[in-house]
Amino acid sequence: MPYDCIVCVKQVPDTTNITGDAMKEDGTVNRAALPAIFNPEDLNALEAALEVKYRYGGTVTAISMGPPKAAEILRDCLYRGADRVILLTDRRAAASDTLATSYILSQAIRTIGQYDIVLCGRQAIDGDTAQVGPQLAEKLGLPQITYMERFWGIDGGWLRGRRNTGRGWEDVEAKLPVLVTVLGHANIPRPPSARRMMRFKHARAEAELRAEIAQEHPGISDSALEEELGRRKQKLAELGLLIDQWDLDKIGADLGRCGLAGSPTKVFRVQSIVLTKKGYTEIPPTPEGIRQLIHELVVDRTLG
Amino acid sequence: MIQVNRSGEVWVFAEQEDGSLHDVALELCGKARQLADRLRVPMAAVLAGWQVRPLASRLIAHGADKVYLVENQRLAIYQTAPYAEVLIRLIEKYQPQILLYGATYLGRDLAPRVASAVRAGMTADCTDLDIADLTDPRSKQVHPKLLLQIRPAFGGNIIATIVNYDRWPQMATVREGVMAMWPPDSSRRGEIIEEHVPLDGLTEVVRIIERHQEPRKVNLKGARVIVAGGAGVGSKENFRLIHELASAIGGAVGASRAAVDNGYIGKEHQIGQTGTTVRPALYIAAGISGAVQHRAGMEESAKIIAINIDREAPIFSVAHYGIVGDLKKVIPMMIQALKERQGIKVGPPA
Repeated sequence: MPYDCIVCVKQVPDTTNITGDAMKEDGTVNRAALPAIFNPEDLNALEAALEVKYRYGGTVTAISMGPPKAAEILRDCLYRGADRVILLTDRRAAASDTLATSYILSQAIRTIGQYDIVLCGRQAIDGDTAQVGPQLAEKLGLPQITYMERFWGIDGGWLRGRRNTGRGWEDVEAKLPVLVTVLGHANIPRPPSARRMMRFKHARAEAELRAEIAQEHPGISDSALEEELGRRKQKLAELGLLIDQWDLDKIGADLGRCGLAGSPTKVFRVQSIVLTKKGYTEIPPTPEGIRQLIHELVVDRTLG
Repeated sequence: MIQVNRSGEVWVFAEQEDGSLHDVALELCGKARQLADRLRVPMAAVLAGWQVRPLASRLIAHGADKVYLVENQRLAIYQTAPYAEVLIRLIEKYQPQILLYGATYLGRDLAPRVASAVRAGMTADCTDLDIADLTDPRSKQVHPKLLLQIRPAFGGNIIATIVNYDRWPQMATVREGVMAMWPPDSSRRGEIIEEHVPLDGLTEVVRIIERHQEPRKVNLKGARVIVAGGAGVGSKENFRLIHELASAIGGAVGASRAAVDNGYIGKEHQIGQTGTTVRPALYIAAGISGAVQHRAGMEESAKIIAINIDREAPIFSVAHYGIVGDLKKVIPMMIQALKERQGIKVGPPA
């Protein structure tokens, strides 16, 4: 029996490999200099969806909420085997916290309509909150299997998997439709296929086409841009290479629940951690010095 | 949705498993007690489970004024839906202003589900909490006594302070081991309030088939923290200090080749080119001079603390923190500092 999967994917700055180039003079991280990558655990979520598709049949739809540049990872999804990709982009969605993000994704998934399994990576490396998955499950009224480290199979309308519980594991089964969040060691994501790369490398979303036209024809009039855009969209659509692009109106979102207005949490202050590149911090061999050291290790999450 | 209300209580979700409380629940009680005193409101723990009433007294001894007790057979083993239902109903009934959870696998499964249902903010994995009056930089409105939720973000490269100006409860998960656990005060008195939350209406859409808890075992490769000793430890008797620190910090014991050759410890503990190569979150090198063969086996560790009497020892060249001193004095100080954090031999802050 075939199953339809929806995978939520995010493009994130690569916080795991911060090199000298990404460091500013004052020792803080220059976020703009970090490469944008496919959030690692979202690749595991995509792989789990592809596994379902190849074992049981069905479809894989990938959806990404973000700026137009996020279409890059959607192309990657196509290269790896996704059937359909959707770019959810809207300036009014900027500054959404996890609650607003999960609301917007839930509206997009309702707009897609048909699905059996929604998959997310456990967490994104820019925030490490692991909240959007459970919040999205609640919004869609689905049971959730978080921290899935093994996918066993689907039988009689129930999905069976192994959850990591920190000090051990539990095998659970959940009735479809279900939402799962996938851990990084759950599987080994397949690489992009060369054949699919050839086929989909020219796939574009409308926002990308718009930027390309503006770059190729500096000073182009609005009407000429719209005309050229219409022409290119038509051509890509005929080839099956136009990436669906949705905004908040398309998914019928209540604007009061999106973006800054829809986010109960606000960032009040951000402090950069100054990384010392050379040398070590000398700790005096006194009870006070040692106590301070232990405190520092707990606060920066080395201990605990 | 819960509106801002200054009389709401400070709550802690009392995580328990198989009839025993998770340490983080007691750590949170200590912090929540402080926050509640600052806000001049009661502090309460929510204790949900099956046959868990005996745990209530420990929560009271650790600072709770009230324990909301919800017992139901469907809460015997943790499952997201019934536990979320309990918290959602109690939040709607009592409108607490703050609710804290441990940032455990369980807490991070449960808390966001609850937050979504009550449409509240949720901050993950806090390492510090505080109360302060703040001015919203956009509206210029002054908000008295907000909960500051402080957490690392961006791969640990920034520290962010998160607040909820207008929608409550203010909810956060707090990292285990960050808040000090205070010693229990068995003379404290508190009230146990039994709550009934109907769960029969919830259809069973998730079933647990099998559970497995791994025994806690430590090995060098998998250890998050390693405490290693070298020739500078001086004797097999002194090497006990290395074991004691490892035990206090929850880490594994390692050694340099010199320490193994001197017979202070077995070869299976040796780290370096001819031993095991490790990259733990924290490596403490005590009395290890740091020959290149040893450094090759540990220099990839995320954080390295070197303790050595000799300021010129090469180990300091790979260290993040250096302590120039006698390890026989420094290690007991470290053990003492760790025990203080775990709430042993210290009183509650004034």
